[in-house]
Amino acid sequence: MSWISKTFSSSIGRKIIMSITGLFLCSFLVVHLIGNLQLFKDDGGQAFNVYSHFMGTNPIIRTVEWVLVLGFGFHIYESFVLTRRNKTARGNGYVTDHAEQNSPWQSRNMGLLGTIILIFLLVHLYNFFYRARFGELDPDINNNDDLYTLVATSFKQLWYVILYVAAQVALGYHLVHGFRSAFQTLGLNHRKYTPAIKFVGYAFSVLVAAGFASMPLYFYFFK
Amino acid sequence: MAGSNPNAKPMNLTLKVWRQKNRTTQGQIVDYQVKDISPEMSFLEMLDVLNEDLLRRGDEPVAFDHDCREGICGSCNLFINGRAHGPEAGTTTCQLHMRKFSDGDTITIEPWRASAFPVNKDLSVDRSAFDRIIQAGGYVSVNTGGVPDGNEIPVPKDIADRAFEAATCIGCGACVAACKNASAMLFVSAKVSQLALLPQGKVERKTRVENMVAQMDKEGFGACSNIGSCAAECPVGISLENIAILNREFLSAKATSNNLA
Ligand code: HEM
Ligand code: SF4
Ligand code: FES
Repeated sequence: MSWISKTFSSSIGRKIIMSITGLFLCSFLVVHLIGNLQLFKDDGGQAFNVYSHFMGTNPIIRTVEWVLVLGFGFHIYESFVLTRRNKTARGNGYVTDHAEQNSPWQSRNMGLLGTIILIFLLVHLYNFFYRARFGELDPDINNNDDLYTLVATSFKQLWYVILYVAAQVALGYHLVHGFRSAFQTLGLNHRKYTPAIKFVGYAFSVLVAAGFASMPLYFYFFK
Repeated sequence: MAGSNPNAKPMNLTLKVWRQKNRTTQGQIVDYQVKDISPEMSFLEMLDVLNEDLLRRGDEPVAFDHDCREGICGSCNLFINGRAHGPEAGTTTCQLHMRKFSDGDTITIEPWRASAFPVNKDLSVDRSAFDRIIQAGGYVSVNTGGVPDGNEIPVPKDIADRAFEAATCIGCGACVAACKNASAMLFVSAKVSQLALLPQGKVERKTRVENMVAQMDKEGFGACSNIGSCAAECPVGISLENIAILNREFLSAKATSNNLA
């Protein structure tokens, strides 16, 4: 089996893991965003609480959750290995470097953008996921845990809103490069389809980032 | 100079040049002035002027790599004002002309920076890592014996053209120099896709890509983040599509070759 470990510890193999986990995380973002749109429903949070109760208890969802943990785990682990290796490969940097004249900023700063996302993720998981799963939340009128009220009160705090919106900007930039990059990594570059992949990736990044950012902004300004 | 433009005004320039004694010492930027540089000189001719000045003063001339001075050998590896081969797209340093600069400019000149390309001295770097990657698989084995008939193996025109495009890589290393990760993927992909496209390359197709990628990693080049600096700075316009081909070749070789190790 050594050929398998050799394949996935080579530079290309590691990038293949990055791209597959990255695209998987993109699919997670779609589900997460669509589910969270129920926050906008004007019913005092009942629909959202029913949804989050389902997500927290359904055995299939609970199993897929572990796949998600693995997806994040591998993506983050490989990003550290690759970023370190790439830094070593450059060695002493240039005295004068005008990389901005030959490539877009986000493509050169995926590690920085990913780190911002990671910090956000830890705060986000602690505040919502940990408290919903392991903490004590008051029940709503349907006797579901009232996660909605926790969300609504969290997003009344300015620093929280700023953190969330900033993280979504970072996510958006991460995806602007990441989406198209993942296809290139998998060898999917073709003059017929690549323009479409680039367009879809751009639209996807803007929609996802704007969608998630709209939630804290909505609660802060309109609730 | 034959055919030179009598109206071209000579320039005075400040050069910030990387000077380094040998592989083991630390280098540093040293400032020099050069005077009366004709806009029609190539960048390397301008450096020749600097070196003649230095020699006259009894100083050590600046070591830099060059050979053909016509854009085909890939030796002239200079990082000029923060760009591989300088500001002009699609050219090597020897094909860069001083008319791209103006009187009074300050020009920073550094060697390629990559752990796999150690600096020998001043601006001269050791690019033998590329040779070792080619030795690992960037060839086709040919039987000796009678000369085969021309066009004995048919190659469709569009395939021949694409293979030729990939074959124009001059091995200059600008892709490595420009890449934030010092990745050699564009160079390796040019050779892998050139030979994968042609019938002559099919025999060693799987071992070639496995061995070349293994050697590339062993030399300490970085991984590809699909940034695109390489293709933007490549003097002959090798495209990123080749890197996608390399990734496909690598994956399918790993999945189907008989190599279990
Ligand atoms: C929901 C969250 C995330 C999504 C959807 C996502 C998605 C992606 C995608 C699609 C790629 C492109 C893969 C490729 O080039 O083949 C990528 C690359 C990358 N990601 Fe993420 N990512 C996420 C979170 C993170 C986190 C938390 C980190 C780090 C702590 C991170 C670090 C990186 C790095 C460093 C790269 C570039 C690797 C390279 O090309 O060298 N990402 N990401
Ligand atoms: S791919 Fe382009 S930049 Fe890289 S070595 Fe070949 S010619 Fe030079
Ligand atoms: S000296 Fe040969 S390419 Fe410039």
